[in-house]
Amino acid sequence: MKIYITDRVNLTAKIVIVIAVAGISGLSDLNAGPRENDDPGKGFEPGSFIFDHIADSYEWHVFSFRGTHYSIPLPVILFCRESGLNIFMSNKFDHGYSSYNSFKIENEGPDKGSIVRVNSNGETCDESGKPLDFSITKNVLAMFFSVMVTLLIFLTIGKRYREEPSGVPKGIQSFFEPLIMFVIDDIAKPAIGEKKYKPFLPYILTLFFFIWINNMLGLIPIFPMGANVTGNISVTMGLALTSFIAINFSGNKKYWGHILNPPGIPAFLKFPLPLMQIIEIVGVFTKPFVLMIRLFANITAGHIITMGFFSLIFIFGERSPFFGYGITGVSVLFGIFITFLEFLVALIQAYVFTLLTSLFIGAAVSDEH
Amino acid sequence: MDLITPDFGLFFWMIVSFTLVFIILRKFAWKPIVLAISEREKNIEEGIIMAEKAKEDMTKVEEKSEKIISEARIEKEAILRKGRQSREQLIEEAKEQAKLNSQEMLEMAKKRIEEEKEAAIQQMKEQISSVSLEIAEKVLREELADDKKQKKLMEQYLKEFKVN
Repeated sequence: MKIYITDRVNLTAKIVIVIAVAGISGLSDLNAGPRENDDPGKGFEPGSFIFDHIADSYEWHVFSFRGTHYSIPLPVILFCRESGLNIFMSNKFDHGYSSYNSFKIENEGPDKGSIVRVNSNGETCDESGKPLDFSITKNVLAMFFSVMVTLLIFLTIGKRYREEPSGVPKGIQSFFEPLIMFVIDDIAKPAIGEKKYKPFLPYILTLFFFIWINNMLGLIPIFPMGANVTGNISVTMGLALTSFIAINFSGNKKYWGHILNPPGIPAFLKFPLPLMQIIEIVGVFTKPFVLMIRLFANITAGHIITMGFFSLIFIFGERSPFFGYGITGVSVLFGIFITFLEFLVALIQAYVFTLLTSLFIGAAVSDEH
Repeated sequence: MDLITPDFGLFFWMIVSFTLVFIILRKFAWKPIVLAISEREKNIEEGIIMAEKAKEDMTKVEEKSEKIISEARIEKEAILRKGRQSREQLIEEAKEQAKLNSQEMLEMAKKRIEEEKEAAIQQMKEQISSVSLEIAEKVLREELADDKKQKKLMEQYLKEFKVN
């Protein structure tokens, strides 16, 4: 069979090869070993199994074979006042069992899972504070991958639109054009208003596709994908921050007037105690906060449910292998069902986040009451 | 790395990636895409407007041609009516003329006959008077022999003569 490789496929192939090579070189470090919850006496713990998956991590667990976990080490980038910039691969930590360069991954306490500084005795030294952690963690890498996918898709489409603006949509373009039209015509235009939606389009479109593609890639459980990116509170916080900036920086005189002197409200609620003003100002922050929590909770819940169904296999398998085999069919069926549901949720959450952001922007730029 | 504690590193990389994606896509993707889409929308709108206009023009032209046709039909009818009218009038006039002519001729003939009759009567009267004169002369010559008889005869003649 002859394979025709176009430029585009070539680029994708290159990216995949680069990631694969990085992964294999990591694997050759044999970053393998037992984990803390792998003590033979403890048995399978669905809680830590699920939370290990949905939480961020300094290494990327790819697969396990005969009780050995194979993970790809990821770069750790730390900055602290004492030792400056420290860059090393996460396999130096030996899955959190040893410290390196006076850093270690905390195993317990409120900082569990993050990197802290240790003194020469191996104890955590609180007074020096936590280092600034810019590590390329699992979620960061997964996000970089989805960023590459997003750029690849939309730069290809954009090129086609630039070269042939009135051409008939072709290939990937004909898949994304209805989505783009949907975001423009059904989210931005009605929510922000016919006259004012144009300057916000790049942001609204970026937001929608960034969330959607991250959601979708999070559902594919194969190496550079499958991380719980949009189900991580830091990521949704970042998205909410962009939304906060977009809303408040576009707010016109009327918007601020509404907050500082809400009209149609009895004066005693505004003076001497600025009760309404306080409520309005809190409202400014609750809007993006709710966006942050909603996306985080929805995506994380989807991952937890899917993992929960797969945990059932091992829970029953511990009782008896036959139970395990018996429940496998049911678990896989439900897992597939939930995954399809999650495809829907991925789109709906991207839609909701974008629509609400657009509505808040619309309220901030509107001329009417 | 807690579930609900935001992570500075991930947050930082998230903002960096999003900003990068936003800036790159705004320039190289959204701008041409939005432009092309709005252009296409405009083209479609214009096309619809043009089609509507063409339709309107066509109906206008159709109306015009219909009007011309109907006008022509009216004219044709008018011409036909006029022709029929003038024909009838002509016939009528001819008939009238003929009638008039025949009446005149008749009148003339009657007059002539009357005149002829008058003349004939006159002639006859003259002839009768001359004949009667002759007869009277003859009778006179014969009757003058006998006076009585003469008188009687004269009376008788006179009586007879009165009839006419």
